[in-house]
Amino acid sequence: MAILFSISLQPQAQLTESKQQQLDNLLKHDCGSCHGINRNGGLGPSLLVSDMEKYSLESLAAVILNGLPGTAMPPWSDLISAEEARYLANRLKSTQD
Amino acid sequence: MTRVITVIGMLIITLSSCAVYKQPLRGTGDLAVIIEREQASILIADTSRQSIIKRINGFGDLSHASVVFSRDQRYAYIFGRDGGLSKVDLLTQRIDKRIIQAGNSIGGAISQDGKTIAVSNYDPGGVKLFDAQKLEIIADIAATPIAGKNSKVVGLVDAPGNGFVFSLWDSGEIWHLIDHDQLTKYSHVGINPYDGLITANGRYYLAGLFGEDGLVKLDLWHPEQGVSHILPDYAKDDPKMPVYKMPHLEGWASTENYFYLPGIGHHEVLLVNKQDFLVSRRIKTYGQPVFVMASPTEREIWVNFAPPNNDKIQIIDANTHQISKTLDAGKGVLHMEFTPRGEAVWVSIRDENRVDIYDTQCNCVIKSLPAHKPSGIFMTYRAHRIGL
Ligand code: HEC
Repeated sequence: MAILFSISLQPQAQLTESKQQQLDNLLKHDCGSCHGINRNGGLGPSLLVSDMEKYSLESLAAVILNGLPGTAMPPWSDLISAEEARYLANRLKSTQD
Repeated sequence: MTRVITVIGMLIITLSSCAVYKQPLRGTGDLAVIIEREQASILIADTSRQSIIKRINGFGDLSHASVVFSRDQRYAYIFGRDGGLSKVDLLTQRIDKRIIQAGNSIGGAISQDGKTIAVSNYDPGGVKLFDAQKLEIIADIAATPIAGKNSKVVGLVDAPGNGFVFSLWDSGEIWHLIDHDQLTKYSHVGINPYDGLITANGRYYLAGLFGEDGLVKLDLWHPEQGVSHILPDYAKDDPKMPVYKMPHLEGWASTENYFYLPGIGHHEVLLVNKQDFLVSRRIKTYGQPVFVMASPTEREIWVNFAPPNNDKIQIIDANTHQISKTLDAGKGVLHMEFTPRGEAVWVSIRDENRVDIYDTQCNCVIKSLPAHKPSGIFMTYRAHRIGL
């Protein structure tokens, strides 16, 4: 388990721990305001690990950065970098907490 | 000596009879419920003593939770994200009853006579009615299906005539329900209504639109006139910004002559004339407004904002319609609740794990209460207000 965890964090090795915490908080609360704090869905669909299988890491990061035009899913590129979006995408694809 | 013994004996008798009540007698009209969203607990607070009375755990998922109160102000009904509907006894500070009534839920309302609780659900999309005492189901109203799924229901409020009004996000409708079974449907009202409000007298229901500019108005005194679109193109030349958090219309601001509404997708509060429903001014703000709340004195309006601007509060002066003060409130300002007569306002600061109590004379913090990731704050005066 510990090994899996450290591997999954590798692409974000450059992000500081406090930045990661900030992003975790964003995922829980700010994404959570539409997708549910436990990612069970709300105004937006559920974002469980199984829901994310249809995306590659890169395509998921792109959805986060660009949003889904014509829907209530906003683009986040004004607030987070591509690297941070990849961190979130990785969290969505790998961990459920 | 025997005197002393008698006195002691009487004391013991008095003390033990007190113990039967466990707590001193008290009213519930000055209590508040604070939602702690992350750990799914609530705090019961005393707004006179400005203190926390008790934390109660075990509410499942309280992200986006809301609360209504029984008309005797003894019970709080808590609507959780996970479809949980909980009835909490504020006097004994216990969960009196709890049911899971749907898979994903957004809010609720209590009927004019206090006998019925309505819950609006995302999944399965619709509204369910429950007996307020026992939480037994009375009616189950499925929303219009769109692409195989019932439309999500938002903006549920109580209305005069023991009715409820609500909006359907996916199908763009407003439904008015009276007496559990008489349903009037208004369709094609606009794209993606995201929330609704009812004026304090129960006359107008307004739904905010996400998919297009403006709001929809339903005059419940003249339902035969149908709905009308208001403020349709007040911002048609301005690009809309991404919306990172849906504004809330419940608990919205109204003063003698104006409504103050959040301008969705814009950094502004709209000042709307109550007579003609036209925008009379667009008040530029620090961020995209989420809650726009008038003090009960109607002299000032407090506004908080969507991320990333959720660290400040702005106060609009109702005389000048200008921002009179910007407060560095702290990280993650989620909600503001005025006390019933407006001498104080309670503010939840999520990321700093506290609720700040502001005095509205000095606009300064007079007390901070520790709370874990607090979100909504609901005071029991709401029991006696239409639409809250
Ligand atoms: C204001 C509401 C809102 C916020 C905030 C929001 N989303 Fe969304 N999101 C939506 C909606 C609505 C959809 C569905 C759009 C559609 O397809 O109709 C969606 C869709 C998605 C999808 C696609 C889901 C799928 O199964 O294809 C992903 C991934 C996603 N959001 C991630 C995020 C992340 C990560 C955040 C935070 C950084 C976030 N969202 C914040 C409303 C929101």
